[in-house]
Amino acid sequence: MSAMPLHGSALSARGLTAGYTAGAPVLRDVSLDVAAGELLAIVGPNGSGKSTLLRVLGGTMRPWDGSVELHGVALHSVERRALARQVATVAQENTVAFRFTVLEIVLMGRAPHLGAFRFESRNDLEIAQAALDRFDLLPLAHRHIQELSGGERKRVFLARALTQEPNVMLLDEPTAFLDLKHVVGIFTRFRELASSRGLAVVATLHDLNAAAAYADRVMLLKSGEIVGYGPPADVLTESNLRSVYETEIRVGKDPITSQLMILPLHHVR
Amino acid sequence: MSAQSRTQPGESLDRSHLTAARMLSVLMLLTIGLLITILIAATFGSVHISLFNAFTNPASADHAIFFAARLPRLVMAIVVGAVLASVGAALQALVRNPLAEGGILGISGGGALGAIVALVFLSRLGWSESVVPVVAFAAALLSTVAVYRLALVDGQLEPFTLLLVGVIFNAFWGAAIMVVNSVVNFYYAHTILFWLMGSLEAPTWHEVVLVAALGFAGFVALMYYARDMNLLSLGDEAAAELGVDVNFLRRLIFVATSVMVGAAVSVSGIIAFVGLIVPHILRLAFGSDHRLLIPASLIGGAAFMVIADLIARVAISPAEIPVGAITALFGGPFFVYMLRREGGKPLGL
Repeated sequence: MSAMPLHGSALSARGLTAGYTAGAPVLRDVSLDVAAGELLAIVGPNGSGKSTLLRVLGGTMRPWDGSVELHGVALHSVERRALARQVATVAQENTVAFRFTVLEIVLMGRAPHLGAFRFESRNDLEIAQAALDRFDLLPLAHRHIQELSGGERKRVFLARALTQEPNVMLLDEPTAFLDLKHVVGIFTRFRELASSRGLAVVATLHDLNAAAAYADRVMLLKSGEIVGYGPPADVLTESNLRSVYETEIRVGKDPITSQLMILPLHHVR
Repeated sequence: MSAQSRTQPGESLDRSHLTAARMLSVLMLLTIGLLITILIAATFGSVHISLFNAFTNPASADHAIFFAARLPRLVMAIVVGAVLASVGAALQALVRNPLAEGGILGISGGGALGAIVALVFLSRLGWSESVVPVVAFAAALLSTVAVYRLALVDGQLEPFTLLLVGVIFNAFWGAAIMVVNSVVNFYYAHTILFWLMGSLEAPTWHEVVLVAALGFAGFVALMYYARDMNLLSLGDEAAAELGVDVNFLRRLIFVATSVMVGAAVSVSGIIAFVGLIVPHILRLAFGSDHRLLIPASLIGGAAFMVIADLIARVAISPAEIPVGAITALFGGPFFVYMLRREGGKPLGL
């Protein structure tokens, strides 16, 4: 909850209040700043407003109050396609009607860069190919999206978002339902992208350990309000988590790597 | 990045997405197929004619049959088939459902009712015949928007609700047409039956040109937004995040397809299932990219309708079967096959 916008912040929001039915805000007075190259994790229980916050940050939902700025420019003043060249979003669920190939889906990320009637150029194809390669999808490029496993599909949509060449990426539960290998793989790639391209990443997460391990900063939400916002070790404390999740939670450190470890206590006799 | 040296872009990958070269070759292939069906359909009928004679000897019976009977009918089949199939592809993109089609969703029925009401009134009020497609368009648009809105459940388009609403609309428009039929005199009653069955009989050149012009205008509008229709396959929210103005695109498809259906219906009546069968086969053969699917449906729909009309003319020659009955006889089982194929899975072909 820094009072002043950070210099050079890619994405900043002030006093966001938003909701779906009048009088019942899902998000209350949320402010944040994400610098280029930063990975911000948004954590909190179900219904705490995480996905709503992503929608508002992505411009698909107008807040009731407050403002979002992209490199200092008000989000709602940016033209739709120009916005899609700067901000890419990957939803939690991704269904595709009709049988498109993996490459076709990934190339859809070039749409905001192309005029009507224009086919993808060699350059567009190379960008898509690099994104496919980054997520180990090249051997699957010709397959239909419907034939893929959940983990493969998720990577296809992440690769599509990367093909947009955005400088801000909004990810809604990027690793939900994925096995540990994929969780590590995906976060490692986004850390690389953050440092190599200055990509700003905002990801909602249920996995507190992943948030602690990979995020530069963590925002902890409860009922649409910020409970904590800062470095993982400052936010993911036993007292914060106990009050937000209403469960006994133990926070420790790995003795060798001193990585934060968060464990709910299960009452099993 | 390492694979960049292994796989040069464009070599193996070009087979997995639409390129301009592939689009051109597929459209040329389909055009050749269409020309072949046209030649066959022009030759055969209740009497067999020589095309060579028809073109070289203006005094021959072949010439008279070809230019007075076969040609206008052929052109009508081409135009109506092209319009209905490309409308089917666009409606399927709009509702993200391969089972959607103007006839099945009750849009053609709405257009037909509009056309009939206009026909009944225009002679009494002294309007020009050009009013018919306009009223048909308005009624088709009303049907499209109503069907779409009614199929929304909690803001989500519910695929099976959509089909049920279409069934209801079809029954309702059919009943309304029957009521008009009962009220007006015998002369109109014949015309109305014609609409219900769907037929390409006896078009005037004026009608053919009008339908072709309206159909082409709608087609160009759809082509301009063909890539946006691909993005719509990812869902409304994902499409919006990729820069598509979803509300505008939806309205554009509503209007463009209604203009096209209204034009087709006002001359040929309700010809269902063309918009279902043709895009489905083309999608299986050439992929789902709407930049290819829509023009391919235009050509493929024309060829399909030329064949259907040939069957309608020769099956029980010298009598004729309405062409709408032929398409429905093919389309009914085809619809059931597609429905079973989709069974249980989220709709996505």
